[in-house]
Amino acid sequence: MNSSATFVEERNPTDWQNDAMQQRIRKRYAAERRFKALGISAIILSAGFLAFLMIVMVGNGLRGFTQTELPVEIDFPAMTGGASADQFKGANGPANLRTLGVQDIVNTSVQIQYGEEGSELFSAGGWQAVNQEILENPQIVETKTTLYLPVESEIDVAFKGSGSETAENKVAELKDRLSTGFNWNFLTNSDATDPMQVGIWGALKGSLITMFITLLIAFPIGVLSALYLEEYAPKNRFTDLIEVSINNLAAVPSIIFGLLGLAVFLNLFGLPRSAALVGGLTLALMTMPVIVISGRNAVKAVPPSIREAALGIGASQMQVVFHHVLPLALPGILTGTIIGMARALGETAPLLMIGMRAFIATPPGGIVEPATVLPVQIFLWSDEVNRGFVEKTSAAIIVLLLFLLTMNALAIYLRNRFETRW
Amino acid sequence: MTGSILFMLIIVLGGIAWFFGRVKASRFSADNKKRGAVHSLPNYHGWYVALWAIGPALLFLMIWNMASPALITDAALTSPAAEQLPRDPFARGAILAEARSIASGQQVQAFNPLSQSMVEPYRTAISYYRTLGMVAALLLVFACGAFGWLRLKPELRARTKIERVTMLLLLFASLIATITTIGIFVSLIFESARFFSMVSPIDFLFGTEWNPKAVAGPRGETGFGAIPLFWGTVFIGAIIAMIVAIPLGLMSAIYLTQYAPPNFRAWMKPILEVLAGVPTVVYGYFAALTVAPALRDFAVSIGISGASSESALAAGVVMGIMIIPFVSSMADDSIAAVPSAMRDGSLAMGATKSETIKKVLIPAALPGVVGGVLLAVSRAIGETMIVVMAAGLAANMTANPFSSVTTVTTQIVKLLTGDQEFDSPKTLAAFALGLVLFIVTLLLNLIALRVVKKYREAYE
Repeated sequence: MNSSATFVEERNPTDWQNDAMQQRIRKRYAAERRFKALGISAIILSAGFLAFLMIVMVGNGLRGFTQTELPVEIDFPAMTGGASADQFKGANGPANLRTLGVQDIVNTSVQIQYGEEGSELFSAGGWQAVNQEILENPQIVETKTTLYLPVESEIDVAFKGSGSETAENKVAELKDRLSTGFNWNFLTNSDATDPMQVGIWGALKGSLITMFITLLIAFPIGVLSALYLEEYAPKNRFTDLIEVSINNLAAVPSIIFGLLGLAVFLNLFGLPRSAALVGGLTLALMTMPVIVISGRNAVKAVPPSIREAALGIGASQMQVVFHHVLPLALPGILTGTIIGMARALGETAPLLMIGMRAFIATPPGGIVEPATVLPVQIFLWSDEVNRGFVEKTSAAIIVLLLFLLTMNALAIYLRNRFETRW
Repeated sequence: MTGSILFMLIIVLGGIAWFFGRVKASRFSADNKKRGAVHSLPNYHGWYVALWAIGPALLFLMIWNMASPALITDAALTSPAAEQLPRDPFARGAILAEARSIASGQQVQAFNPLSQSMVEPYRTAISYYRTLGMVAALLLVFACGAFGWLRLKPELRARTKIERVTMLLLLFASLIATITTIGIFVSLIFESARFFSMVSPIDFLFGTEWNPKAVAGPRGETGFGAIPLFWGTVFIGAIIAMIVAIPLGLMSAIYLTQYAPPNFRAWMKPILEVLAGVPTVVYGYFAALTVAPALRDFAVSIGISGASSESALAAGVVMGIMIIPFVSSMADDSIAAVPSAMRDGSLAMGATKSETIKKVLIPAALPGVVGGVLLAVSRAIGETMIVVMAAGLAANMTANPFSSVTTVTTQIVKLLTGDQEFDSPKTLAAFALGLVLFIVTLLLNLIALRVVKKYREAYE
């Protein structure tokens, strides 16, 4: 001990206070602050981008929910030759309305007030609003009524923001008569060629039908395979194969599922193109691995004591799983299912592959009828040249994002409310 | 829609069978007071009868649906109208297919007058076989249901049998994933093989001119050289997107795990994860509407030539931002997996936090981070909507980020959403591209998972 100590060199303790040391420490602390600033700027940049995206979409999209209108005074008694309100009540209403020739009435009224070229100021399908008004409120055909009709798309764009020169001139001309109203058409109509007449109901209904089919197929299959893999599967090659394919499917690009749907469901099975059924099947194959993976985690989280207790009082293996494990794991499984469904709801590419990009002007009536879905509708509108579609696309995006937000909020609520920590 | 009504009817009949089985079985325990004389609960007896009622009928319907098209065609061919059909098998098949789709209501108007004459025989044959199948299925429901019901006895091991069927169901459900994987693989291989019988794989994989035509050019060139597409995909997905996503994702993860107060972290993490939840079509629209024009104006203002409104940069940047939460959560996991002894040791030696992170945590977590980046790349190159909407269609081989490039996924969408003839190499090329994409993403995933797994084991 003593001998080794003699070899140690006499050393002064480090002088932390000297200038060189102080400078070095200052430098290191500056580097520390820079690094920290870098970290926070990365987060601010990412979050800022998200905020920017939302602001752009909401800023553009809110205008899509409104429409610019011009008042049109319609002298129904004179034009119709004295139609009575009773004609348009009840079941015969729509049929009688067709014989009335509302389109001509509206056109004539417009020409009286806005001159020969007056019709060009209005959206071509705008007279249908009058149709609806009469059906809802037949009294108006017995009086002289002023109705507000949507203007033509370019004027609409010019009034809300900035449009082409001719349209701006027209807006300046009509300034005091133009007004803004809520665009109910957007919530009740389907796709159309005129941006003033488009609506998302058709696409939304298509999405709902497609999601229903997806859920109907992916949920039971996902839950049953999660149960099998966690509770029954023997440890062997065959089980490994199943596990590998599930993990692999979760990582396959979505467009590949579209190719599968095209090759198998359309060409091999001969299912109808563009149908919600095929879309739902394709998305189900895509969603199922997500449900299986989250389902397995939920099943794994159920403590063994539950199973042992049930086995101890004489339950069979199947009863243990279906009477005890599954109900306890269900909230976790549902959370995963909702997250998977939210992803499927926003999916576009595989549905393009199976032909759900057709122009569909009526909401689908069943699972084999041609349909489109919300994200595909957004894609189709984004391709339109007409400037009126910009705000409609953003408005449709707002609707889609609202749906996704609701679903994710529901998933978080379920997780917090029902998930048990053992 | 008679098919689904029949299906519903069978299910309802199954419910009734369940009820009768249960009623009969609940009398067993009343009659047999001795313990253990009745093997199963009445519920299981009910399920037993219901399965007997539904199972065979559904099985029959499935087989019937597969077999009946051939039977219908045979029946239709025996009609007198069939004698006028041409002998040529192709023309004959086309006419029959058209007649069939008119008869089943998928098509309204016939293009070939001969098909119109075949519609009536088809219609009668279809309705005849449909009625036959329906009657047979309903008879099966009643016959098998009654058979099951008669077999109910106190000592019947109904529960064991039901559990065996359930077990089969579970096994079948978990096989669907494997079947899907095989289905993807087989369908891609099958269609690609048809493509490669027309275009040589060498030309496809190493050719540098992408300009797909349905017919070969004068020197036999077909324009199916996919190198420009591969380059575009790598340029956007693996280079530009990663330049954006890796620093931002990594630094966010570091700040959130090492510096941020818990409250900030609890709020910020879900907000960043929203980035991954926004549908890609929204990103695509945003890239095309806002980012791309801004970048083009910027490029023009600093004097870069060849700036187009559909640029690789716009698609790449937006895709990178979409990937941020992905990189960040993988980095988060790998940093958290580094043993805290290493971190504590470094801090105890007097290193600052950032020095610890740079010199100890990141090097130790590197394999995990690399694995995460590989997974992110595999996701980026398979991403479709952003590139379809923002990257353009021109197959350029350029490293200028402001010019337009095209990617594998864009071309798949383009090839399959135009006119569709299922035998032209143009359509089949999409499947060959899909096969390449599938194999590359699969390999990337396998490598990434292996790297991550090895690294996890190193610290356990």
